[in-house]
Amino acid sequence: MPHTITPAPWEELVTAALLGTDRRPVEGNDGPAGLLDAAALHTVRRRAGLLPAPAAPRPGPAPVDPRPPLPTAARRRLAQLLADRSAAGGSGGRRGTAPDLTELIPQWLATANQHGFRAPAALLPPLLDAARSRTDLRPQALVFAGPRGLWLAGLNPEWKFALRGSSGGSLLPDVTDSEAVARLWEEGLFAERVALLGAVRAHDSAQALALLATTWSTERAEDRLMFLDSLRAGLSAVDETFLEQALSDRSRNVRSTAAELLSALPESAFAGRMAARAMSCVSPDLADDGVSVAVEAPHECDAAMERDGVVAVPPSGRGERSWWFGQLVEATPLATWPARFGGRTAQEIVALPVADGWAEELHAAWCRAAVRQRDPEWARALLGAPSVPPSTGPGPASLAERSELLALLPAAERGAWVAAFIAAHGLSEAFQLLGVCPTPWSEPLGRSVVDALDIARDAGSYPWSFSGVMGLAERCLNPAEADRLEVLTTTPDEPENASPGANGYWSEAFQRLVSTLRLRAAMDLELIPG
Amino acid sequence: MLLSQGEPLRTAAPAARWTVEQVLALAPDEASRRAGSKLGSTGPWSGGGCDGSGAVWGLCKGSGSKPYQTVVDTTGPAYKCSCPSRKFPCKHALGLLLVWASGESALPTGEVPDWTGEWLTGRRKRAAEKEGKDGPAAGGASATGPADPEAARRRAERRAERITGGAQELEQRLTDLLRGGLAAADQSGYGLWEETAARMVDAQAPGLAARVRELGSIPASGPGWPARLLEECALLHLLDSAWLGISRLPEPLAATVRTRVGLTASAEGPPIRDKWLVLAQYDTPDGKIVTRRIWLHGRDSGRAAMLLSFGAAGRSPGLALPVGVTIDAEITPYPGMGRLRAELGRQFGVPSPAGTPPPGGTVAAAIAAYGHALRDDPWLDTWPVTLHEVIPVPSGNGWQLVDAAGEAALPLAPSALSRPGLWKLVALSGGSPVTVFGECGHRGLDPLAAWSADGDGAAGSAGISSADTASGTVRLI
Repeated sequence: MPHTITPAPWEELVTAALLGTDRRPVEGNDGPAGLLDAAALHTVRRRAGLLPAPAAPRPGPAPVDPRPPLPTAARRRLAQLLADRSAAGGSGGRRGTAPDLTELIPQWLATANQHGFRAPAALLPPLLDAARSRTDLRPQALVFAGPRGLWLAGLNPEWKFALRGSSGGSLLPDVTDSEAVARLWEEGLFAERVALLGAVRAHDSAQALALLATTWSTERAEDRLMFLDSLRAGLSAVDETFLEQALSDRSRNVRSTAAELLSALPESAFAGRMAARAMSCVSPDLADDGVSVAVEAPHECDAAMERDGVVAVPPSGRGERSWWFGQLVEATPLATWPARFGGRTAQEIVALPVADGWAEELHAAWCRAAVRQRDPEWARALLGAPSVPPSTGPGPASLAERSELLALLPAAERGAWVAAFIAAHGLSEAFQLLGVCPTPWSEPLGRSVVDALDIARDAGSYPWSFSGVMGLAERCLNPAEADRLEVLTTTPDEPENASPGANGYWSEAFQRLVSTLRLRAAMDLELIPG
Repeated sequence: MLLSQGEPLRTAAPAARWTVEQVLALAPDEASRRAGSKLGSTGPWSGGGCDGSGAVWGLCKGSGSKPYQTVVDTTGPAYKCSCPSRKFPCKHALGLLLVWASGESALPTGEVPDWTGEWLTGRRKRAAEKEGKDGPAAGGASATGPADPEAARRRAERRAERITGGAQELEQRLTDLLRGGLAAADQSGYGLWEETAARMVDAQAPGLAARVRELGSIPASGPGWPARLLEECALLHLLDSAWLGISRLPEPLAATVRTRVGLTASAEGPPIRDKWLVLAQYDTPDGKIVTRRIWLHGRDSGRAAMLLSFGAAGRSPGLALPVGVTIDAEITPYPGMGRLRAELGRQFGVPSPAGTPPPGGTVAAAIAAYGHALRDDPWLDTWPVTLHEVIPVPSGNGWQLVDAAGEAALPLAPSALSRPGLWKLVALSGGSPVTVFGECGHRGLDPLAAWSADGDGAAGSAGISSADTASGTVRLI
């Protein structure tokens, strides 16, 4: 390389290179080779002489997380669960004998949070990614991620969701500091304000309502709805006046939510008005052969009813009178009925015959009322005995509604009811009901599920007809059952008339069940603080 | 220099377990990784175990009646499995290693069973024999030495002539290009470069070929491409000129030029024994071949070393070292290019799972180290550096590392911004100072490993970093 080049400025060299030296010769350089020499010198000189850049403003440090770190084995396990998530395909029929790790993340997080561990910093990104794509993981994942997780989410738009559900990671003022509370209420972001309202409400309901009332008329309808919805927690007679006012809100959604909340306050004036209307429609009918229920549906939906949240126009395909009737009974305190029917219990009332084919309408409305008022006694009555086939019982035919009722029963009773249901009807309709049973499943429930699976195998069906229940069993059976189930993993001889190969698939499915239970037991052990 | 000739010290201590990440890094492709993960629990395994010298074995139930027999020698690593899969390592070997990595009690320490016997003892015997010979450098040259030095010399001369022809042809193409202007190159597109690269392969100058292929991708690389293209053309021209005048260059620079055009020398000189901390291991796919880079840092010598290994056609490169452990081993550097590249020689004992980060410096020192290294090798894109007490800070559309005790900043390289490692680094820092190892160059810093300063590193935030006790080294790639 010649060492006597008059250096031309870099921009000039680039222009000459772009246009070509034929059109744009560079001063003092001789043709393209000269241009390349000069550019090489420039390039190496520039690279060798690089200097630090000026620093941008630093983000504040993440708040300290006082929780203890995870035990090493548990940390490794979490890494594996999260790594598997990105690799998991849709689990079609046949899934091999290995556990489905992704499905165990919710349990793992719940256990880790019970013990109050801190998430390892390096695993926060995959944890937030997992929570981003699976909303069911979010609450537990965000608790586990803690303040550093929120801090991190604030720096990456892909993790915005984490900031929505929280108070933006900011600290709420002391609820007794009325000035600070008022300031945050006036100036805060929506999420912060919801969190603030909750905090003040937990401290003093009346104060929270007063705070809400200061700005109520100026809030947007969707925000009013969210604030109103947040009153569900800790609903009490104190809220009645506020809710009564909300019955005349501009927004229909706000009005119906207010009505729904009021109907969960059996002592409220609203509930009294609804009860009076419903009583005029439902009465005991004394005939020769005992008591039955007579129903006279309302003939009109007057302005007062509409003000109380009754929707006047029915959905297409429903008669308007039965539509109004259902809404009245649904909003009526269930305590009204024993008085109406001579002191009978819920169970006796539900068993009464209903005249003129109104039974289905009336029972469905009672079911909705039981769910709304969280009344276990009525839930029990409406569910009926688990041995009664779902289609003929008093309760709702839809499994979704049945599982809602079931969720109102005490935990132990729930498991026992579903166990008896499965023993009587098998697994085909049990999936949704199993979903509301407390986990890990009680021994009778676990046994009835496993027995039913075993029966299904002997009946010669394929395991993927039960993949939903199988998956639930993997996640909800008590891990201590693993050894007892080992016997099912063998491949017995094909019975006559069995589906070809089914037995091999069943033993594979049971192997997966057993290995998942073992894995869960191991995970629980790893999370025990050492 | 050498304390123990012969058998490397095999201690009774159990070999350091790898992490899940390290195991998954061995998978030849995504499908194997998935399949291996599925087998990474104790479910399908029986009769498994491991011994203190790095062997792991187990029987995996498959669809047939006879379980597959899987053995892994983690000191290689080397794998053997009775399954018919042509993947290497197969999903069973990966699953077995995952079980082992998760520390489950399914693999108790014990005696090697008979069925693994032959393969394993054969391997160990060969390894011991190899150790029995002289050091790898001397052995390498003499064992594979040419039978006929005269013929070898003639072959080398012929190859040098062909490279010279290639370099001259390339010079011609570069000057033609600049005579007509780079704007025209944008229009002629990729084909021109592909064809030129093929010509360089014919001239047996793979180094030149690779650089030419790089040129082809610049015109499509966004705003500012003409300046980048001119830089790379100029550096290529510098390499051509250097090769054509190589007889006038001082030997170290000549060695760098030879390596850059693609003439591989062999590692030479006395081996350097040290406690090497494994800082990073990552693979770069390039056509049919995967290149694996492993960065080491010598505790006593303070030097950085890079081990290169290659894998072809769906096989992962042979060499795998768990990031975050320290190995007592010899390395032999290759000549040229700052003598960074080295060959791994003998290892002594088993890896120890702990490692404190290399002593690092400031942002300014890192940039200066790169500038300094350019004097020996002007074609150098990056130089290994460790930054002590820096904070990742968002800046514009990118990120930078800022001296905790100052206002100097080093931008992160664009390639690092789209990798998950970036967020791992930010999470680890939490806005507080961390130590970062990476490749520092004219595009900025590509972070490869990090250590957090607070007590979190000891047990908490190391995440998936280490073998058994957290060494605190967090992989970012």
